[in-house]
Amino acid sequence: MTEGADRIVIVGGGHNGLVCAAYLARAGRKVLVLEAADQVGGAAVTREFAPGFRVSSVAHLLHALDPRIERELRLAQHGLAYARRELLTVALGESAPLVLDGANVLAGDVSSADRAGLVDYVRRQRRFAALLAKQHGFGAGFSVLRLFGRSAKNRNTESPLPWLARFALDVRLLGRADMRELLRVGTMNLYDLLEDRFDSAQLKGALALDGVLGARLGPRSGQTFFTSLQRAGARGLPRGGMGAVTGALAVAARAAGAEIRVASPVASFMLDGERVTGVVLQSGEQIAAATVVSNVDPQTTFLGLLGARHLDAEFARRVAHIRSTGCAAKLHLALSGPPDFRGVPAELLGERLVIAPDLGYIEAAFNPAKYREYSSQPVLEITVPSMHDPGLAPPGQHVLSAIVQYAPRDLAVGWAAGRAPFLEATLGVLARHAPALRSQIVAAELLTPLDIENDYRIHGGHWHHGELALDQYMMLRPVPGAAYYRAPVPGLYLCGAGSHPGGGVIGAAGRNAARVVLARSRA
Amino acid sequence: MNRHDVIVIGAGHNGLTTAAFLAKAGLKVLVLERNPWIGGAAVSRELHPGWLYSNCSYVCSLLRPEIYRGLDLARHGLQVAPYGGGLTFTRDGNFIGGYADKDVRRREYARHNERDADAYLRYSRDTMRQTRFIRSLLLRTPPDPTSLRWRDLRELAHIAREFARLGETTMGDTIRFYSMSIADYLNEYFESDLIKAHHAGSGIIGTALGVHSPGTAYVLLHHYMGDVDGQIGSWGFARGGMGAVSNAIAGALRGAGGQIRVDAPVARIIVRGGETKGVVLHNGDEIYADTVISSLDPKRTFLKLFDAGDLDADVVRKAREFRIRGSSGKLNIALDGLPSFPALGHGNPLIAGDMHFLDTLERFERAYDDWKAGTWSKDPYLDLLIPSLTDPTMAPPGKHFMSVFVQYVPREVEGRDWTDADRAAFRETVFDQIARYSPDFRSLVLHAEVRTPQELENEVGLTEGNIFQGELTFDQLFFNRPFPGYAQYRGPVRGMYMCGSATHPGGGVMAAPGANAAREILRDLRRPSTVPEGWSDD
Repeated sequence: MTEGADRIVIVGGGHNGLVCAAYLARAGRKVLVLEAADQVGGAAVTREFAPGFRVSSVAHLLHALDPRIERELRLAQHGLAYARRELLTVALGESAPLVLDGANVLAGDVSSADRAGLVDYVRRQRRFAALLAKQHGFGAGFSVLRLFGRSAKNRNTESPLPWLARFALDVRLLGRADMRELLRVGTMNLYDLLEDRFDSAQLKGALALDGVLGARLGPRSGQTFFTSLQRAGARGLPRGGMGAVTGALAVAARAAGAEIRVASPVASFMLDGERVTGVVLQSGEQIAAATVVSNVDPQTTFLGLLGARHLDAEFARRVAHIRSTGCAAKLHLALSGPPDFRGVPAELLGERLVIAPDLGYIEAAFNPAKYREYSSQPVLEITVPSMHDPGLAPPGQHVLSAIVQYAPRDLAVGWAAGRAPFLEATLGVLARHAPALRSQIVAAELLTPLDIENDYRIHGGHWHHGELALDQYMMLRPVPGAAYYRAPVPGLYLCGAGSHPGGGVIGAAGRNAARVVLARSRA
Repeated sequence: MNRHDVIVIGAGHNGLTTAAFLAKAGLKVLVLERNPWIGGAAVSRELHPGWLYSNCSYVCSLLRPEIYRGLDLARHGLQVAPYGGGLTFTRDGNFIGGYADKDVRRREYARHNERDADAYLRYSRDTMRQTRFIRSLLLRTPPDPTSLRWRDLRELAHIAREFARLGETTMGDTIRFYSMSIADYLNEYFESDLIKAHHAGSGIIGTALGVHSPGTAYVLLHHYMGDVDGQIGSWGFARGGMGAVSNAIAGALRGAGGQIRVDAPVARIIVRGGETKGVVLHNGDEIYADTVISSLDPKRTFLKLFDAGDLDADVVRKAREFRIRGSSGKLNIALDGLPSFPALGHGNPLIAGDMHFLDTLERFERAYDDWKAGTWSKDPYLDLLIPSLTDPTMAPPGKHFMSVFVQYVPREVEGRDWTDADRAAFRETVFDQIARYSPDFRSLVLHAEVRTPQELENEVGLTEGNIFQGELTFDQLFFNRPFPGYAQYRGPVRGMYMCGSATHPGGGVMAAPGANAAREILRDLRRPSTVPEGWSDD
């Protein structure tokens, strides 16, 4: 047996790569994770951005981590703890802030009709989100395929029908009223939907934000109800930031026997004829492997690491056209004291604060993105994690972490010229709600999608490795022909957010990929 | 005698079609029309002496050939003449032509981008696949996916089978196609912004969406799924204007013994004991029939013609939430002669087709942003045609009729009704764009009719002036059209039906909703069907 003949190399130590590594190692496989950065975690890391100030660098809230992963990999034992399990939403506006606890309005000027409407809206939203979460395992479809042995015979022409049939059955089980509603609103835009349901502009703005965060869409864009389902779960804050999640995953993977090497950027894949047989590091070192699993986004995986010349032209064209232009920037502020948002009592400062005062405001913020310009009045999702987790900042001081939209990766003037004015615009919006904030800033860091692309090696700087839209979902993710975690090249698999069900620190893609790798190598 | 078997409200092309098929089945049918003329939005009117304007819908392709044959429309005077050509002008004095001949088109595209010329073959192949799939569904009643009735299950199985037959790659492409934006769809094929812009218009005509809005790729199909003389995707003029379509269907209706009453606006549908019994006219006359069919959009039908007490609150809510947005306008222009377009030179045959002036996707999207802000596009998308080049009956010899469709035009200007000053300014916006490419255009204008969504609403009765009787987004298509649970042409009250473009398969002068409705009504009345079954082409 030659060296590496039984080794599985996972390229990229993001959360999905680590999940995949842990499951494969638990199954007794010899696993090596290669991470380009100095620490594992990818876009779910805790990083010191100013002396003494640490922050969750890209992702900053934990929405949807697959509970099976948390349980099966015993992440609690490996160090994952929560500073807060569930955050409230505080919608800032010109008047008093609106405070939402899921379906309940805790404070704010909202009519009783709107309150009742919200209960109904959130009930349906959660029901539909649960339906989508059921598809995370792509379970029955996968089993049925194996039953008929098609996957072994014909690797890349699997029919999506079993998967679709299973999905259809789940939809059917919603019952007539909810099924009808899902089939109607599933592709709808939030603007029309929310206009029909609610009066309060502030409430509509806060609800619409969930449909557009991370997407290159405005509230009037179709499918924004669908995108809002991705964020319908509880929003938690891991103690120690998002790095605590990936830290626990790394511990779990190592405990199961996986080897993790950091500071080992992969330059390309090795090929023997059509088969991927290992990886070449940027240092020139060659590492042979029986199987390579890529946690890297599909465009970098196929067009960069593999090379389009090893692919069918049609497939390469599809990969090149994956919509993956990031539109969300990340702002980190080191503050000398707790920020003072107008009208927000101190005990609510640690909740999720949003600046999306109404639908028109969000749509107006989105308009420039279509022309490759940034929003002059951006929308923000803000957390002050140090309120719950004092270890993130020196005593008495605080860190503020905010997702800022819209900041298109392909800015027409370029981010070298755009960075300073966009930061200024963002601080301007913040200062309207927290007038004293500027004077508290010790250090500020703005991560544009271009920075995310460069520093976190995600093509387009898109945190989902590609828009999470219906045309890039389920068997269409990342592209037909690679949707079952297998590349159309022998020896290569995908486990990243570019595969179903996408990013957002779910981990399901890594878990599914491990199952596919195990099933394939048994066959 | 004021008793009929069937009353159809509205003499638009769908109302007339339903009526004609029912009359052919031997029913005593009465069509009530509020205007002094028939045709709804498929109408020809002489608004300037000597000129015939197709003043709402203006071209013909979607009218299903099965219906054309089934009602023998040729015998009733309908002739459709195909036209070719069409182009998009660029701001720098160039253009791209839409030649019908494949090789000529290839050369023309190659003039702008060599790779796009090849990509066009892929584009038209893929679009045609989608077109064939949807064409097979046009003359079928959508199944109710929540139902367990044999008919619905069988129909769902049929669609699943058709879908599976597409093959694995095309299945995926189909799902994508229905959910993506026209801009993304075009980006998958073309590099040249001009070529993308040349094709983008079909994705947004008549809709309140921009080229970047998901869902607009589908709208493209509404401009490809028709045919003229068996040529899929080609368009033609009805000789004598679009009114000729309505007149021919009305001819078929009268030939089968049906009646039409104009100047007879319906005030209310009579409901007794949960069943429709007839209608009351505005003048107080009551006319009775056990079957009442509305060809109006659901907002008019359910919010105006019914007493709220006769309807379930859920239906009223659904009608309120039905999305129907005015987004387009029209100018109908009488010209003293043929305007020149210097970029084209003299005698270029492309002038016989649709002429467009937006040469980048960005201009499309900015036009949409103006609409979102509550005003008409300052640099609008025009679909300009000179029908009199193909059909000389539209204007006196040597003179011409120009039809200019304008996107985007809101129902209200910044939240208020249109004023005459608004209309004049809107006309100037459109004239300016045309005159940039045709310096002598203004001097040839003899008369211009300006139609905003407001005119369309007030005259034709289309709520908000939406040309499709409701947005063509998936939440309002197929088994969701007009609303979930009511997509099989049956209304919420026994004996009441819907047959307008607000039902499957939607707008455009297709007559398929009317025919499908007739099929369902005849089934309920246990009469043999007179409606052509299935799909008879390819």
